[in-house]
Amino acid sequence: MKKFSIGLLAAALAVALAGCTSGGDASPDASGNAGTAAIKIGGTGPLTGGAAIYGQAARNGAQIAVDEINALGGIQLELNYQDDEHDAEKAVNAYNTLKDWGMQVSLGSVTSTPAVATSVESNTDRIFSLTPSASAVAVTEGKDNVFQMCFADPNQGSASAQYIFDQKLGSKIAVIYKNDDVYSTGIYTTFKTKAAELGVEIVSETTFTEDSQQDFSVQLSDAKSKGADLIFLPMYYTPASLIFQQAKSMDFSPKYFGVDGMDGILTLEGFDVTLAEGVMLLTPFNADANDDRTTNFVSKYQAAYNEIPNQFAADGYDCIYAIWAAIQAGGITADMATPEINDILIAQFTSMDFDGLTGDQMRWDANGQVTKAPKGMVIKAGQYVGMD
Amino acid sequence: MRNQMRKLQKPTRTAIFTYALVIAAFVIVQILVAGGNVNSTLAGQFVPICAYVVMAISLNLTVGILGELSLGHAGFMSVGAFSGVVAGMSLGGAIPSEPLRLTVSMIIGAACAGVAGFLIGIPVLRLNGDYLAIVTLAFGEIIKNVINCLTVGVDSGGLHFGFLSTADALNLEPSGTVIINGPMGISGIPKLASFTAGFILILVTLFIVMNLVNSRSGRAILALRENRIAAVSVGIFATKYKLMAFVVSAALAGAAGTLYAMNFSTIVATKFGFNTSILILVFVVLGGLGNIAGSIIAATLLTVLPEMLRGFSDFRMLIYAIVLILVMLATNSARFRALPGQLASKLRPARTSAKEGATGE
Repeated sequence: MKKFSIGLLAAALAVALAGCTSGGDASPDASGNAGTAAIKIGGTGPLTGGAAIYGQAARNGAQIAVDEINALGGIQLELNYQDDEHDAEKAVNAYNTLKDWGMQVSLGSVTSTPAVATSVESNTDRIFSLTPSASAVAVTEGKDNVFQMCFADPNQGSASAQYIFDQKLGSKIAVIYKNDDVYSTGIYTTFKTKAAELGVEIVSETTFTEDSQQDFSVQLSDAKSKGADLIFLPMYYTPASLIFQQAKSMDFSPKYFGVDGMDGILTLEGFDVTLAEGVMLLTPFNADANDDRTTNFVSKYQAAYNEIPNQFAADGYDCIYAIWAAIQAGGITADMATPEINDILIAQFTSMDFDGLTGDQMRWDANGQVTKAPKGMVIKAGQYVGMD
Repeated sequence: MRNQMRKLQKPTRTAIFTYALVIAAFVIVQILVAGGNVNSTLAGQFVPICAYVVMAISLNLTVGILGELSLGHAGFMSVGAFSGVVAGMSLGGAIPSEPLRLTVSMIIGAACAGVAGFLIGIPVLRLNGDYLAIVTLAFGEIIKNVINCLTVGVDSGGLHFGFLSTADALNLEPSGTVIINGPMGISGIPKLASFTAGFILILVTLFIVMNLVNSRSGRAILALRENRIAAVSVGIFATKYKLMAFVVSAALAGAAGTLYAMNFSTIVATKFGFNTSILILVFVVLGGLGNIAGSIIAATLLTVLPEMLRGFSDFRMLIYAIVLILVMLATNSARFRALPGQLASKLRPARTSAKEGATGE
């Protein structure tokens, strides 16, 4: 038995070492013939663990875009996504692995905390970075070559407050947010500031954490007792689905207003879509839209991965097309040095307009934040419908 | 020379071997870096490796030498990381020299973690065995959640603290900056940590731990591990010595936390949760309880291993787990442990018998 286990151990180690040496050998080969090679685009995201759905969606979306572009002939792209487990330390390791692989353009990281860490690295290394979905302000702050495809958190919070104010959706607002999450807290903070500015009254502010996201009766009772007529939910759709359910069971039926994390609730397994009837959300992407670009993307995504793409997938897809547009406009080729590509892409991104799945006429400012119109959506009869 | 080495006591020989191991590793790595033979994946891991090595050595003091299972060691790392970074970021103007600022930050981080260790140690160390393990686990989680609710900012008037409130409630001057922003943690940390700093921290840690273990107090701590009742019966003040080991261990973890945080531009409290505590415990168990050199080697190998397994893409962590299980099985088998001894005796028999012949006459 002992002998057997030691044998196994030796075999496993041998395989492990073989695996990493072959990985190591591949990189000099590929970068050696750079003249004809593809432009190397790398990104990190949580491909395993609790946040894996976001990382996988962004990677899959980006992969579809890369396949489409490569099928056209012309400039070829090569995509490499590395797992960062939604952790800053692992993200820097993943980024360094990509650097060894010969990454020329970076897709940063999918989630905010890792993205803050990798964006500093890519700024120091002068590798251009466009993150699909890391929305924290600290990702782009003070870095000239880091850009975002998604709204920054403050934009979402203040846009939501503005929207609620303009459309007179509610007079007494309750907010439930996840206070150990950068995304949720970031949106909440700016929502509150903007609401105070506009004179929108917030009557109840309650929180939950990763460990307490099963039961919302305390938060809902608080909102109910203070007479809230609209609940703002800056969170992802899994806890939101429980909130809808539990509010219904306590005969509380306010209006709900969500942000882009709510996108995907209709495809949540086992979720009764009638609960989400009338839920409003601000999101840049709608998988049910009828334009050619969206239907093409959704059908390809469904064929390849057997699920409806969410906003992260659309962001990943848009990132690749935005970079491709800038590559063409700037005349970038695969044999250029990375800092040179970096400078051309910065010039292109701060001057171009880009139409994608997640918005038309997107523009980037020198800070790297994107300007695009959020789309107001409302759920009617199990479908997202535009709300204008 | 050989005879002189033999005359040295066993603890001294172990100490020399451990220092030599660390210094040799540092020198070899520096030569490789100078020769351009190190890829950026490995180079990027130097500082985390140093931090984990210090974590493993300090936890070994509690688990291996004091003999009490602690499952909340990452909590002290987190106290050190956050307090050290707050110090480092707010002292930016006062201490322009980066290495000096890092040193001061690490000392402050260690001091804060030491105080936390002392406060937690008082109630916790009244317990033994499983109870103690569970309570340290709880304290680790409490530290994580407290830091999640904390906001700290700095302006010309000094530090501002807030609890369970947003950063706006700190009432900072317009020129002030928010350092800890609740669950969003700290971002924009200056990258002060370097491999050399990590190397020096490991040496300092070794110096402190080995001297403690080989001192009068260290023997008292070992006596408590071996048989608490017997130790108390000969007049050893159990709480004092337990607390001493626990606080030193916490303070060293705090310094490691500062070093770790200063290497990444961002840290969040959730990073230092239960999983990190267990990871460090794995280093200690794999390296051998009470075996300092083993902790160093295990921490290094197990930090590098997941990155070496990237070739397996999605199956990477599965393979990592399998390798871990196999290594644990192998190092626990008597046959495997006897292997180095057998090899040595195979290589050496001629010489020893010759010597025996010479001295025998």
